Amino acid sequence: MTTTTTPGRIATSRLTSRTVVNAVVLIATLYTLLPALWLLFASTKNADALFGSDIFSLSDFSFAQNLSDLFAMDGGLYGEWYLNSLLYAVVGALVGSLISVSAGYAFDKYEFRHKEKLFGLVLTGVMVPQTVLALPLYLVASGIGLVNTFWAVFIPVLFNPFGVYLARILSSGYVPNEVLEASRVDGAGELQTYIRVSLRMLGPGFVTVFLFQLTAIWNNFFLPMVMLSDQHLYPLSLGLYTWNSSATVSPEYYPLVVIGSLLAVVPLIVTFVALQRYWKSGLTAGSVK
Amino acid sequence: MSTVITPGKRGKRTGTAPPAASPVRTRRAGRRQQTLATVALLAPFTALLVAVFLVPVGYAIGLSFFSEDHDGLGFGGGETVFTGLRSYIAVLSDPSFLAGFGSVALYCVIFVPAVVIGALALALLLDSGLIRLRRTAQMLLYLPHAVPGIIAAVIWLYLYTPGLSPVIKLFAQADITIDFLGLHTVLPSIVNIALWSGLGYNMVIFYAALQALPREVLEAARIDGAGGVRTALLVKVPIIRSSVLMVCMFSLIAALQLFTEPMLMNQATPMVNSRFTLNMYIYDAAFRRNNYGLASAASVILLIVTCALSYAVTRWAGRRDRSAR
Repeated sequence: MTTTTTPGRIATSRLTSRTVVNAVVLIATLYTLLPALWLLFASTKNADALFGSDIFSLSDFSFAQNLSDLFAMDGGLYGEWYLNSLLYAVVGALVGSLISVSAGYAFDKYEFRHKEKLFGLVLTGVMVPQTVLALPLYLVASGIGLVNTFWAVFIPVLFNPFGVYLARILSSGYVPNEVLEASRVDGAGELQTYIRVSLRMLGPGFVTVFLFQLTAIWNNFFLPMVMLSDQHLYPLSLGLYTWNSSATVSPEYYPLVVIGSLLAVVPLIVTFVALQRYWKSGLTAGSVK
Repeated sequence: MSTVITPGKRGKRTGTAPPAASPVRTRRAGRRQQTLATVALLAPFTALLVAVFLVPVGYAIGLSFFSEDHDGLGFGGGETVFTGLRSYIAVLSDPSFLAGFGSVALYCVIFVPAVVIGALALALLLDSGLIRLRRTAQMLLYLPHAVPGIIAAVIWLYLYTPGLSPVIKLFAQADITIDFLGLHTVLPSIVNIALWSGLGYNMVIFYAALQALPREVLEAARIDGAGGVRTALLVKVPIIRSSVLMVCMFSLIAALQLFTEPMLMNQATPMVNSRFTLNMYIYDAAFRRNNYGLASAASVILLIVTCALSYAVTRWAGRRDRSAR
């Protein structure tokens, strides 16, 4: 059989499709990149320049001034918010993922009564987003006097049913049952085996769950907004929101919201770049049933 | 010893216990240990499940049937009276709740297809093998996911604000006046923020699924003479449909919760009122109107809608999966 298309035409059409495909992806990357770049450039402007001429020019560079203003404003509230966010997110994600991974591991390795019913409840939890629970949580917290405390935000964020679901899948993949049996034969206790052997094998899975939870807590907005009225307990998200509402009245807050937002993005980007091979494995595990 | 070792449910355990102890005793001790371990490992999560999920939901459901009659200024314990479905009727006949429902529904209809199709298209393009600097492109597309929702909203709000926005300035130079916060543009503007945040994240999910495709299948499609586009749409997409469905469902659930972006826009434009979405309505009812009964009823309605939709999607998908086989 002979084909009628000449090799030349195939080559040209492949070249055009290659160009088109690359152009589309280029436009998409510009779409995601440019707003972030705008934030970077805008953070070097003072209030006047922000409303002034060309945002992408580097004239009147006042990054350092903005930075010192940021940490000086309202008695150093921004620094407190930053520490709060770190505390909620890092400690919360560490404790939370340990709880989720332990539960997921137990679901994978042990048999017990009503196991699948309980797991069904976990899956329901996955379907119900945190925001739906925010008001009910507030009602309970106000009933027991926990509203406007650190715990009102910290405890609910530990609950991560998706982490349990993920950990169950990862545990069946990473920890072979033979390892448990070998450990039993050696006379090691179950919990001992979990801490010394299984948890180590679950390391990458743990990091994946940790990353998901870290992002979720760092982004958390509705729950703190409902729970907290003391500005000293605010996480960054809520703090920047209040400053942004102040900015509509007093524009000197605008550059602070901009540079404050920029600094608030840094920890997650650093974490993602440092741990990128883990979140990818997690994403695949989550999508393949 | 002539103990009969019945093959228990955990048949995988072999009888290779240390010879010193009796197999029955080790077995029993082992089982008790396993029970203890299960309890220890599950207890913290179960406690959380009860404390921050079951109890609050139950409490909200309970509260939605009661109303607190405050005397005068609301000092002292008001009298709690059973009002039955009155709060539900009040919510469902409230025009601002129905309007909020409408805008969230419209938002879902625009956002979910946009993010799923956009992310899928980008993933297929990245998977086509024609892209230069694929890893860099992937990183840059993923970047917005590391930007918290409220900050994404701040960035875009500033890009929508006349005077601050380089985009509006650019259009103005070409004598085009553009109002991102107008009556008909504000919802698409909100969709755009969510799209910006979610596109790369969902693309990575699809891309990861595509990378896991068996190469033989793609090879077979190529030999059959299927072009790149046809292979993508007729071979690749059907194989990763469970990922597509998962992304659809999570996007839908997330879209129903719309809160952060319009809450911020509320400060900037009168086009977004304080009850613009369902969650904003709940927040407004609880904290501006101090009507917990109303807020609880609205929360329960949102909870039911969310669960019903995700249940319907999974059921529908399950049926399609079965009929496809």
